[in-house]
Amino acid sequence: MHTQFQSRERHTQELRGTDQPSSATGDGVSLDNVSHAYRDRRGTEVQALAGVSLYASRGSVLAVVGPSGCGKTTLLELICGLQRLDTGSIECAPAVLMPQRDLLLPWLSAVDNAALALRIAGVSRTRARMRGASLFEELGLDGFERARPQELSGGMRQRVAFLRTLLSGKPVLCLDEPFGALDAITRQEMQEWLTGALVREPRTAVLVTHDVEEAIVLADRVAVLSPRPGRVVAELSVDLPRPRTRTDPSVIALREQALHALNLGAGGGER
Amino acid sequence: MTPEDPAPHARATRPPTPPTAPPKASPRHVVARILQYLPAVLLATALLGVWEAYVDLGSVSPIVLPAPHEVAGEAWRNSGLLASNLELTAQEVGLGVLLALIFGFVLGVLIHLSPLLRRAVYPLAVGSQAVPVALIGVLLVFWWGFGVLPKLFVIVLICFFPVVVTTVDGLASVDPDQLKLLRTLGASRWQALRFGELPAAVPAALSGARIALAVGVIGAYIAETSTATSGPYAGLGHQINADINALQTPRAYAAAAVLFVFAIACFYTLALAERLLAPWAHQPRGEIR
Repeated sequence: MHTQFQSRERHTQELRGTDQPSSATGDGVSLDNVSHAYRDRRGTEVQALAGVSLYASRGSVLAVVGPSGCGKTTLLELICGLQRLDTGSIECAPAVLMPQRDLLLPWLSAVDNAALALRIAGVSRTRARMRGASLFEELGLDGFERARPQELSGGMRQRVAFLRTLLSGKPVLCLDEPFGALDAITRQEMQEWLTGALVREPRTAVLVTHDVEEAIVLADRVAVLSPRPGRVVAELSVDLPRPRTRTDPSVIALREQALHALNLGAGGGER
Repeated sequence: MTPEDPAPHARATRPPTPPTAPPKASPRHVVARILQYLPAVLLATALLGVWEAYVDLGSVSPIVLPAPHEVAGEAWRNSGLLASNLELTAQEVGLGVLLALIFGFVLGVLIHLSPLLRRAVYPLAVGSQAVPVALIGVLLVFWWGFGVLPKLFVIVLICFFPVVVTTVDGLASVDPDQLKLLRTLGASRWQALRFGELPAAVPAALSGARIALAVGVIGAYIAETSTATSGPYAGLGHQINADINALQTPRAYAAAAVLFVFAIACFYTLALAERLLAPWAHQPRGEIR
């Protein structure tokens, strides 16, 4: 255990070290009355989000939960600037998306995938590999630097994808159901790992999930969205020390609150 | 971390399996490899047997249809001639297909990048495949004279098309979410192409090149026929025509057999190159997640 903490400290320094932007600790995200509609394949207009206002302070984790199809993914794409706003405004530092599917490039090794953002930023292949590889042990990936994504397990792929997100150096992380595709045990491992990673390496994170428990275990604040068109039906503050467990009574109490809000949202669509 | 939680780094303690260990060439493996080719060998032998029996029993004139053993004997006696003609034809095919691969790939990328170019060029590329290449070859000889240039043009004209089509499809096969991700990582259009789309198109383009090689050999025959030069060393295609005209049918068959084997060799050489250039496209899929 002791050696692990030592290596964590080293890692923190390394990450802050060279070519990270000065805002590495993160800036906030603020959405004000955001609405977005898109046209589906048949050309009918679908209102995905209707007047969503959210705020995540610097270095905090905001979880967004809601039923499927409530515009959660749209929300993240708006924050990342991948889609245009219809109305409202978003104030946010540069954000990077971690999609639900890991989307690792099959022709790159694990370490090259992790260091992809560095290569895009113009870092040489050798230096990018060194930076990426220095974090592999931290993630329990050592020995797999040169493996191709197809050779990794689902949990490992997700860790490589997270490392890729982290190494982009952007202050805001948009996590779209990052552990949705994993089995229950791996998912819990990854949640614990993410908690640790964000403590060591504070960034503002917007975590989209349909798993209420996951939201409460990981986030500082939880926003509950209604079914489409998505609007915020409840916001919960999670003032619990980390790491949290699912069996903690306060976690269970908050979970009940969030589930209640979800049901209300599904029933009446009223705040 | 509470005691009842599983260790978060449990996976790390698992000894890393060697990630890219190629299968060892054990004797059993070699036997298995040879057995893989057995069906092709058996089928070819059976077909040759039928051919031989038909000629022998039907007493067909060797000028019309020589028996396989006659063709083999003729090939043996003319091995020098066939070898030097093969050398020339192989150069034409190799260079022609390489040019077609480069031209087709570049054209495919341009078509992918520019919808305008796609609308402008694609119909012409399709139409080019309907052009009577043999006639073009004759006209090009009038224009450019004898030499390798008209032949190369004919081969490239025949071969570039499958490369264009497979390249365009390969480039378009990239997951749109993948491109979104590259954008949030800060990639420019060029970097998205370089990291995301071009590598995806490599195995596709090489598949196109395999088709191109197979038709490239017949392309070389057409090229040599239509840009006919005199002299004994003008390529296998030219030799076939000259031998047929001189009623030396067995030697023409021998030349055709050499072309036949050459096409097969080309095809599998390129398949091997594909494994080296795009190994990820041949690795077994990981576990189902």
